[in-house]
Amino acid sequence: MMLNQFLLLAAALFCIGVYGVLTRRNGVLVLMSVELILNAVNINLVAFGAFRDNVMGDVFAVFVIAVAAAEVGVGLALVLLMYRNRRSIDFTEVDALKG
Amino acid sequence: MSLLVLAAESVPEVSFTRDANWFLENVWIVPLLPALSFLGILFFGKRLPRGGAELGIAALGLAFLFAVVANIAWFDHRDNYDYRDAEPATELDHSAGVGDTVLDIDGESDTVVLAAAEESEGGEEAHPAVAVLKGRTWFENGGVAFAVGTLLDGSSVMMLFVVTLISLLVHVYSTDYVKGDVRFTHFFAFLSLFSSSMLFFVLSRSTIQLITAWELVGVCSFVLIGHWWEEKPNSDAALKAFLTNRVGDIGLLVGMIILFFAAGNTFDIVTINEKAVAGEISQTALTWAAISLTAAVMSKSGQFILHTWLPDAMAGPTPVSALIHAATMVVAGVFMIARLYPVFYEGFGIADNSVNGLAVIGAVTVVFGGLLAFVQDDIKKVLAYSTVSQLGYMVLALGVGAYTAALFHLFTHAFFKAGLFLGSGSVAHSVHSFDMKKDMGGMRKFLPTPFITFLICSISLAGVFPLAGFWSKDEILVGTGGLGVGADKANGSYHLMLIMGLVGAALTGAYMTRCIYLTFFGEFRGHGHPHESGRAITVPLIILSVFAVGAGFLNLPPGFLAGSAEEPTGWQERFGHFVEPAAAYFPPIGHAVPSWGLAIIASIIGLAGPAVAYWYYFVKVDGLAKQTGEKLTELPNGITSRNAWAGAGHAVLVNKYYLDHLYNDVIVAGVKGPLARVAYWFNQNVLDGVVDGAADGAVRSGRFVYDNIDQKVVDGAVNGSGFLSSQSGQGLRRMQTGKVQQYAALLFAGATILAGIFIVVI
Repeated sequence: MMLNQFLLLAAALFCIGVYGVLTRRNGVLVLMSVELILNAVNINLVAFGAFRDNVMGDVFAVFVIAVAAAEVGVGLALVLLMYRNRRSIDFTEVDALKG
Repeated sequence: MSLLVLAAESVPEVSFTRDANWFLENVWIVPLLPALSFLGILFFGKRLPRGGAELGIAALGLAFLFAVVANIAWFDHRDNYDYRDAEPATELDHSAGVGDTVLDIDGESDTVVLAAAEESEGGEEAHPAVAVLKGRTWFENGGVAFAVGTLLDGSSVMMLFVVTLISLLVHVYSTDYVKGDVRFTHFFAFLSLFSSSMLFFVLSRSTIQLITAWELVGVCSFVLIGHWWEEKPNSDAALKAFLTNRVGDIGLLVGMIILFFAAGNTFDIVTINEKAVAGEISQTALTWAAISLTAAVMSKSGQFILHTWLPDAMAGPTPVSALIHAATMVVAGVFMIARLYPVFYEGFGIADNSVNGLAVIGAVTVVFGGLLAFVQDDIKKVLAYSTVSQLGYMVLALGVGAYTAALFHLFTHAFFKAGLFLGSGSVAHSVHSFDMKKDMGGMRKFLPTPFITFLICSISLAGVFPLAGFWSKDEILVGTGGLGVGADKANGSYHLMLIMGLVGAALTGAYMTRCIYLTFFGEFRGHGHPHESGRAITVPLIILSVFAVGAGFLNLPPGFLAGSAEEPTGWQERFGHFVEPAAAYFPPIGHAVPSWGLAIIASIIGLAGPAVAYWYYFVKVDGLAKQTGEKLTELPNGITSRNAWAGAGHAVLVNKYYLDHLYNDVIVAGVKGPLARVAYWFNQNVLDGVVDGAADGAVRSGRFVYDNIDQKVVDGAVNGSGFLSSQSGQGLRRMQTGKVQQYAALLFAGATILAGIFIVVI
């Protein structure tokens, strides 16, 4: 079985995700990029699990999916509150913690 | 009986696993039902149409039915169980003692029927004595297995019947009595928990369970006595009950700990009892354990000097008083003695003795409790002191080795005392007061049903032939073996106890006569128009008075009308056969032979008391009242006002032997006052000196430290570090842009660098 294809796909997805997180101003798109990162990880986990014939990989992937769902819930709540307070979801505008 | 013990030791085939009746094996359901109803009432009671009362009644009704079936099953089990037919339990370790085999370390539930054949050479009827044990190991720690389970024998199955019946009747009665109360639901919830705790108590298999249930009963009584806690006396009474019981609970804990170690690290009641009977526990340990446990009994069962909480507990609602005094709480102490009877029997050397701690406490309580009942104006307090006195009889009976008589008196007393309490509650409910002298009198015209049932229960309590109280009281008196009565087969000759018991019998009848006169005869002294109670109140009264009449026939003395002392027939000794274990875990007690002479003398003495009281109240007081037209409750110029000695005695009684003064003013204040003074002196001279010196030293050294170390070294360091961090902060703040994505970029950059290092290095 070819492991490399999966790893390359995951790496590509991961990079796209990181790019999105770093460059997008829209909060929702940032969250979507985070999802890409997490799913890249999932692909890695499942691929390694299948490669080593070990169910642990699948188990971890399921865990990651569950945690990702919770994370998106919190993230969207933050975005929603941000929108209510500022009428904008631009992440570059929120810099109240500036030193 | 000692042969029996040897047999249990040497013959391995003494314990068998064999299924007993389903009801006997699954008797744990009985306490579970009221416990469930407690939770149900607590969570859903307010939403139910009758405020949760229906849940409690349903649960107690089911528990009562279960108990009845279990009693019938026990009859069968006790008589027909033939251990010889049973297969020997091969999986059990025969080398261990009977009690040890019971504990299955795997935690597997198992049922073991303890059996011992009473096959004496004298050709006595051979019947196996059996107890149904069931349980599992809860947890293990340090090689000690904590087992929980049920230990069912005649005494516990009898208690199941009494507790469930009385509790069921009290539940029904309460639906009317506390109707419209602010905490109606709460009341029923705790009534259920109270019953459940007591049922749990009588089925306890290990001493740990026993202590737990004992405390549960105490807590429930605290809650219920203080049901109307808004009024200070009620919450005081609840606290007093709880705290007085704590005094005895220390004795309980100490006693149980002694037994735990003395019996070889076990909490199992059967094992402890077997070892006590077999003489494997040292006499000293048994004596100290028995003394400690007696302290617990004194507080719980209201024995003299620790009984003071019991009359105050009348502050609770009347149904609670009935439950506390008849079926739960106070009989817990008596039942605990019965449960661990070998410990007391061997510890106090009850056999072949003429005086011991338990019997003396019981005898003193009989008389002193009875005397106090004469000076009470509150009808419930008369009954409370009467309970104290009757509990004295039970403890006395156990103290002289009359095991069956004690349990039989417990059994009969439960019915007529519950009947009396519920009857008094019915009267008080209609006049809204408990004061006999101020607010009662002539109640027989207004409340015919409570009057008749109260009268029947009183006659039964006074021990008049042939009502229930006569048979049980007579058996206790015979059991003392004093003054040559049945002495050849009794456990010793307790002369003093017999005399005190007879005096108590006379007092019982007399104070009940006084109580009946003040409540039901003469002219009505209260206000308003008393009304007859509803059916929820009268039906339980009628049921209880039927038992108060008939319960005594369950244990007719052998040789009464038919049969002989050696060969009881019919209902003779039926109860004794039912409750008394004849197994290796029960001591070889003697059985006194009933005596016609004593029964007649006791009846004459028992009737003399009420006769004197009758003459005083019904003839003299009533006559004078009719003559003058006044509402009298006593003779205006009685002996207490004419004779100084009688007056002094009256004052002592009114002040309850000054025991409350002793506890509050002498003991509590005595500890409090001097302790406070000593503490003050110590504070002023020793502590203050030390503190002042220390303070002075501290001031001097503090000044030195301030001038040199603080100002120069510490401040220098602090200022220096502050300057440093301020400068570096200025430099670093430029990095904190507040932009999330910049942080994320730094994070990823850092991760990448670390990953690079990771790859290069490894």
